[in-house]
Amino acid sequence: MKKLILGLFMVILPALGLAAGGAVPLDHIKTDHTDKASLQRGVAMFTNYCMGCHSMEYARYKRVADDLEIPVDLYTENLIFTGANIGELMKNAMNKDMAADWFGAPPPDLTLETRLRGESWVYSYLRGFYKDDSRPLGVNNVVFAAVGMPHVLVELQGLCAVKPNIGVEASVEPLSGNINNADICPSYAIEGSMEAAEFDRAMYDLTNFMSYMADPVKVERERLGVFVLIFVAIFFVFAYLLNREYWKDVH
Amino acid sequence: MSKLLQWVDERLPVVDAWNKHLAKYYAPKNFNMWYFFGSLAMLVLVNQLVTGIWLTMSYNPSGEGAFASVEYIMRDVQWGWLLRYLHSTGASAFFIVVYLHMFRGLMYGSYQKPRELIWLFGMLIYLVLMAEAFMGYLLPWGQMSYWGAQVIVNLFGAIPVIGEDLSLWIRGDYLISGITLNRFFALHVVALPIVLLGLVVLHILALHEVGSNNPDGIDIKKNKDENGIPKDGIPFHPYYTVHDLMGVGVFFFIFFIVVFFFPEMGGLFIEAPNFEPANPLKTPAHIAPVWYFTPFYAMLRAVTIDFLGLPAKFWGVVIMGGAIAILFVVPWLDRSPVRSMRYKGWMSRVALAIFVISFVILGYLGLVSTTEGRTIAAQILTVCYFLFFILMPFYTRMEKTKPVPERVTG
Repeated sequence: MKKLILGLFMVILPALGLAAGGAVPLDHIKTDHTDKASLQRGVAMFTNYCMGCHSMEYARYKRVADDLEIPVDLYTENLIFTGANIGELMKNAMNKDMAADWFGAPPPDLTLETRLRGESWVYSYLRGFYKDDSRPLGVNNVVFAAVGMPHVLVELQGLCAVKPNIGVEASVEPLSGNINNADICPSYAIEGSMEAAEFDRAMYDLTNFMSYMADPVKVERERLGVFVLIFVAIFFVFAYLLNREYWKDVH
Repeated sequence: MSKLLQWVDERLPVVDAWNKHLAKYYAPKNFNMWYFFGSLAMLVLVNQLVTGIWLTMSYNPSGEGAFASVEYIMRDVQWGWLLRYLHSTGASAFFIVVYLHMFRGLMYGSYQKPRELIWLFGMLIYLVLMAEAFMGYLLPWGQMSYWGAQVIVNLFGAIPVIGEDLSLWIRGDYLISGITLNRFFALHVVALPIVLLGLVVLHILALHEVGSNNPDGIDIKKNKDENGIPKDGIPFHPYYTVHDLMGVGVFFFIFFIVVFFFPEMGGLFIEAPNFEPANPLKTPAHIAPVWYFTPFYAMLRAVTIDFLGLPAKFWGVVIMGGAIAILFVVPWLDRSPVRSMRYKGWMSRVALAIFVISFVILGYLGLVSTTEGRTIAAQILTVCYFLFFILMPFYTRMEKTKPVPERVTG
């Protein structure tokens, strides 16, 4: 019976993995919430480029400042544009009804975006804009077709003239030594101020920050988890010995 | 201390109760690992009650505030994230241990005479647990909470004549709204837990009246020593309390791995669309109930033909309801002279294996979107699921059983 159940799980597991896969190819990243420098660059990027439209209204400035080790006065001076108190929730000034008129739908709150769509999705989406004159704002996105959002980071990335190669691994040609797909965009309609690798790094930082925001307790949770498991393991040893002691005379 | 105990005992039979249910409750000495899951279900129940009480202290059951209050618990309430993950993981853990507990019952014939009532109370617990889980799942007020509830409540609309009014009555509104959320909250935190606790008490009282079954399915009370104590029995306390403590250790180890490292369990325990607030105007691309409902959901979707002038949806609901209802009558379907699978014939073994495989694959099919092939698979497996029960009176009587030993075999 045990073998049967085990065998059953073996049959089911790969199928579950298959079900989790998305339809759009993505560039995959692994975020790191202990990389404080990356998170600090990410919060600066988010506040400057995203927060005008997208709130993070389930989180508080103070928590971000503390977790990212940014002094409160420095944070207040440089990263709060609404005059909000450091202890307040991270809302913005955009009127949702008006925003719906402008973009078709109000820009969503992004506190939990990476948990809703996945980190790799967000990372790919941020780098996935390209020129498409058939769209009202002149841009489209390979990850999110017919997206209502303008390409806010055009001054950094530039605007790709064709669909960028999201989900394609960079590879080295063995004979020439040329690197293929080092830049996801083969040709630009507008040049940006950042190099491709620099922009990728910035988008990693931004995604990393958003991932931290979606799950701010992750580092602490996993740190505690180790101790909890050690405790349970020791508890088990004592429970096992106690059980053996009681049962040794039972035949 | 002993004087105090005496004072109380003269007024309330505490010593008597202690002896009856623990110190002098003789359980068979040959319990195996399958017998951990009853006490583990109690453990998870306590976890759900305690964490639930504390979550209630910070949760706001309104359409406007529910989603934000869950994030408030996750971010601003001290240890709120831990309480919530214990509760959300506990919900899934509850179903895991209960499913294993039920499988144990099927495997060793624990529902057979004289334990029919234990099985019935257990099935009622399972039913209330499903209602409890369904209503609790609405409370975070995310997209999947909302649309899952919408789909399930709409199922009642498939009942002829009264259906539409019935689902309206359940929702209290024309669509799932703050009204629905408030009543589900009341039922989830007050009404159903009371019913659940009452049923658990009845389940255990009935068990302790007739005594526990065992992997051999033999009646240990037939062989008693000169003091009237079953020769194969052993006092529940301390023997099984220390034994279960060991089970608790193993369970907690796995449970806490999920709580601390994989609280979403890859989208199975907390589904990704639930990180977006409920929006009545935006239907998610793919609506799937939480994993513990998916076998029944797959059966619902497997019914695709209209019949007797009634829509397929109605028959889907009938099949789904029937799949749960038929579990109640198992004690009267099994005609085998023996209880345990150890001594039943090959037909019972094959039937149980096909049943378990069907249930698990149906669970998978209920998670993913439908295709033509998957629907056919679900239909075949639904038939297998029902055949396990419908044919039970025949194969349990026809097959050749092995002789049952006089004493437990270990």
